[in-house]
Amino acid sequence: MSDSAEIGVSDLKLREPLIFERGAPARQAFSLPECDVPQQPLAKLLPEALLRKDIEGFPEVSEVEVVRHFTRISQWNFGVDYGFYPLGSCTMKYNPKLNEEAASISGFSKAHPYQPQHLSQGLLQLMHELESDLCEISGMDRASLQPAAGAHGELTGLMLIQAYHRARGENRGKVILPDSSHGTNPASSSLCGYQAVEVTSGHNGCVEPEKVAEIMDENVAAMMLTNPNTLGLFEERILDIARIVHEKGGLLYCDGANLNALMGIARPGDMGFDVIQFNLHKTFSTPHGGGGPGAGPVGIKEELSPFLPVPVVIKEGEDYTLSYDLPQSIGKVRSFYGNIGVMIKAYAYIRSMGPEGLKEASEAALINANYIMTRLQGRYHKPYDKYCMHEFVLTDKLQNKHGVQTLDIAKRLMDYGYHPPTIYFPIIVKGAMMIEPTETETREDLDLFIEAMLRIADEAENDPEIVKSAPHKTLVSRLDEARAARKPNLRWRPSG
Amino acid sequence: MEFPENLKYSKEHEWTRVESNRAIIGITDFAQDELGEIVFIDLPAAGTNVEAMETFGTIESVKTVSDLFSSVSGQIVEVNSALEDEPEFINNDPYGDGWIMIVEMSDPNQLDDLLNSSEYQNYIEEEKQGD
Repeated sequence: MSDSAEIGVSDLKLREPLIFERGAPARQAFSLPECDVPQQPLAKLLPEALLRKDIEGFPEVSEVEVVRHFTRISQWNFGVDYGFYPLGSCTMKYNPKLNEEAASISGFSKAHPYQPQHLSQGLLQLMHELESDLCEISGMDRASLQPAAGAHGELTGLMLIQAYHRARGENRGKVILPDSSHGTNPASSSLCGYQAVEVTSGHNGCVEPEKVAEIMDENVAAMMLTNPNTLGLFEERILDIARIVHEKGGLLYCDGANLNALMGIARPGDMGFDVIQFNLHKTFSTPHGGGGPGAGPVGIKEELSPFLPVPVVIKEGEDYTLSYDLPQSIGKVRSFYGNIGVMIKAYAYIRSMGPEGLKEASEAALINANYIMTRLQGRYHKPYDKYCMHEFVLTDKLQNKHGVQTLDIAKRLMDYGYHPPTIYFPIIVKGAMMIEPTETETREDLDLFIEAMLRIADEAENDPEIVKSAPHKTLVSRLDEARAARKPNLRWRPSG
Repeated sequence: MEFPENLKYSKEHEWTRVESNRAIIGITDFAQDELGEIVFIDLPAAGTNVEAMETFGTIESVKTVSDLFSSVSGQIVEVNSALEDEPEFINNDPYGDGWIMIVEMSDPNQLDDLLNSSEYQNYIEEEKQGD
């Protein structure tokens, strides 16, 4: 295990200019047969206003130049198909290829949103069953699949809460959230017109019901909470918190970002949560990033169902239909019906895993996180002395005395072939490193990561410079992040 | 790290320099060092009223975003607009070019709640031990 050949990267990656910097005038990657119709100058065929005269600097490249260009830059990428990606809070689990296979079935992939409903029964059935699966997993009564991402789901959930209070003749103005919350929580609250009120976490990293009681009043629409929280700790007093919020007529919103810790083990709906968003790209193995598309369905308790976005999929006899018959609906939150392709992948995951499989996935995620945490504690400062759920937080406190900070440790991990963890979040922990292995990794891969982290701890003591100047093996070394933020250079221009 | 004797300090890591009824406010050397390289500061307009120990703006570094807390209550008479283009003044010269705003104090007695240089240094030592 200590053989240096076993961990770390040392592979050949080639530098590559922008495609605009490649090529030569008149070089091209295609050859067309001779034109068999009379040719006309473009100016004779199109109105002058439609002709663009200032196109310059377009790449003129050969086929092999194009292929090499994109192959090379694809190798600079880092994804979960390439290596371990312990980005805390993001649940970078492996996305089974079966999901892609399912989404590419032609009846799904070639469906058109204006296609008649009687020709879309399979998709509508899938949506209906996905809604009920999500409800079963979370302990909710209904769900909307429309929201296009997690934060969009948060906003939709808050809009449902707002509609619920207004229908009761109440216009509440505040939302309570803990100081450890994801930044999207206060952002969604503000966007929905609420004032975000922060509750400080206790010394054990959890929310204290007594502090919630101090600020809870009839002007609070909801409290938003992530359980487990962003420290990877289960909010043990969730039932007390739910009671306090409900007693004053407020609703409890679950930021479902950390649902991967709970599948088949505990249900937010049973803990007193009234609303939850599902980040399908986290818990249900649909792809992250790449510009999307995402999906952030919202699950709710029955009392919020009159306000669901329209349309909803309903089943009458053996037929599935899209119903717009919800007079109190908050309206549409997304064009058409949401990102169908993402729903298909999440459905494929849920059905191929099955109830036991989902539970095992969550259990493995918890065990993996606790295994890494237990082996790293002592060498890295652990701010909360507890078992964790699916993720945990360490800090750079022990490394600080050698002048090494969290950012340096993160950069050095890249030299060992790992995507760095989430750093400097949650903001209530100084120098936080938030590590989430997910259930994806094997024991061997966890051990190699641990070995890399321990080696970096050694380096921080014995050779801090190598950590502070990392990364060394990447194509580019330490970038000037401050200059990139202060004076961003957002557009390439031809030189000379 | 410097903590000039002629300044007052808050537990939210702002310094205050008093000139007659005006308070000149910025963030301390410790605060800028903790934040790391500052890339953006969001400031209220002159004329805005601020309350002691309440947020009046945010400051963003490559690491994190933090709230800024006013040391005193009153009306902002001037903000350091140079920070819009050169937020690094706060890193390079936190007590000089990195000043953030000037407040016409409505209650100068609030200055008594602030710490002096040695009290503040003790406070940040305690904070370091705490976490």
